[in-house]
Amino acid sequence: MSPTDWQALVQALRLTAELAGLTTVLLLVVGTPIAWWLAHTRSRLKGVVGAVVALPLVLPPTVIGFYLLLLLGPHGVVGQAMQSIGMDLLPFTFAGLVVGSVLHSIPFVVQPLQQAFEAIGSRPLEVAATLRASPWDRFLTVALPLARPGFLTAAVLGFAHTVGEFGVVLMIGGNIPGRTQVLSVALYGHVEAQEWALAHWLAGGMVVFGFGVMWLLYALNGRGGRALRGLSGTPT
Amino acid sequence: MLSVPSCSRALLCTAAMLIGACAQADEVQVAVAANFAGPFQQIAAGFQAATGHQAIVAIGSTGKFHTQIRNGAPFAVLIAADDETPAKLINEGLAVKGSSFTYAVGKLVLWSARAAYVDPKGEVLKKGDFQHLAVANPRLAPYGAAAMEALGKLGLSDNLAPRIVQGENIAQAQQFVATGNAELGFVALSQVAVPGKPQLGSFWLVPTDLYTPIRQNAVLLKTGANQAAAQALLKHLQSDAAKAVIQAWGYGL
Repeated sequence: MSPTDWQALVQALRLTAELAGLTTVLLLVVGTPIAWWLAHTRSRLKGVVGAVVALPLVLPPTVIGFYLLLLLGPHGVVGQAMQSIGMDLLPFTFAGLVVGSVLHSIPFVVQPLQQAFEAIGSRPLEVAATLRASPWDRFLTVALPLARPGFLTAAVLGFAHTVGEFGVVLMIGGNIPGRTQVLSVALYGHVEAQEWALAHWLAGGMVVFGFGVMWLLYALNGRGGRALRGLSGTPT
Repeated sequence: MLSVPSCSRALLCTAAMLIGACAQADEVQVAVAANFAGPFQQIAAGFQAATGHQAIVAIGSTGKFHTQIRNGAPFAVLIAADDETPAKLINEGLAVKGSSFTYAVGKLVLWSARAAYVDPKGEVLKKGDFQHLAVANPRLAPYGAAAMEALGKLGLSDNLAPRIVQGENIAQAQQFVATGNAELGFVALSQVAVPGKPQLGSFWLVPTDLYTPIRQNAVLLKTGANQAAAQALLKHLQSDAAKAVIQAWGYGL
């Protein structure tokens, strides 16, 4: 590899880590209340909201990217609203990639959280309520610790899925080195240009990363699961 | 249940029909570069009317087709977006020597979806009151490479570099401009001047001395070397009828 190739690789690597990290944090913040609501609601809207959250699993990412390009662009509803309050348009910016990645990875975070909340059930929360714990207290000191394996799964899946994200970034990114050229897009470019030595390095690296992350997840969750069972008799 | 005689008669009939069909009209598998998909559809229709052969078309990028052909894709003919890939395929022994020819020369335009935004001399590039200039990835797409070459000759490469957004291919560059996300961009004339469709926005036909001609070549692949229909298709592509279609779509010859 030449020094410029090396530099581009490091730049793409840093950008990817920043994108995946920020996306994961935002998804945990946004996804937790959605998952909590989905796990506990009896509303008729549950099915609709659940389906909307799962939609990115069904739609090809390039389709999501294409609609984002239309929606966020200068002729789109969101784009025009942003311009009218003096904000910059999102396509071709890092912020735009964050928005796209959050939408695209949302089921990978919400669904494990929802399952974790559902698995806890209402009993530990009711017991805490009889001990005069407030709803906020019950959520923070009972539900959150019990759902820890779910949070771990959600964070790891959200991060890993964003690293592997390609279609959305391709559509709204514009392939700008240092700003929107993430690893998956750089890899695609090398494959298309038939620079296979570089492509092998990147692809091999991503396979190792993906395996490492998944292995870590299974290892930790195995241990976390046992810890959880050990704790479940004594909530609080 | 069918009786034995009627069953075998039915089989004979089917076999006769298949053989008859094979003798008259063959199918030929063609890989067509994405920028030429529109005109090729028309050309293939003329080809079928004239010869009875049917072209089974796969549309994609020339680079992807190259990789696929190297790995055993069953195409008989490649209609590429450049002249390098056919030459490489001949060198690699995957295409028939001497069968590569230029069927069209691509024309580069600077295009905006806004009316009267791009002036007839392309001065808008020097004024520079835009945020994004879309080009196809110059490492992958001949039109992208031509756009960068033209910018270089105009002495604008360094000035405009921070505003360039790259589409993976020329279709995506066009999409960036069509959706207004990029105010203007370099695309193919064939994308802007589509026969039968109203022409949108404004464009500047980039003078041909600003970039190396975008020669688009077709080549007979080894798979099709002994297929009469494949050879007939390449011959049809050089016919006057096909040439008229190619020119109508904004390509040079």
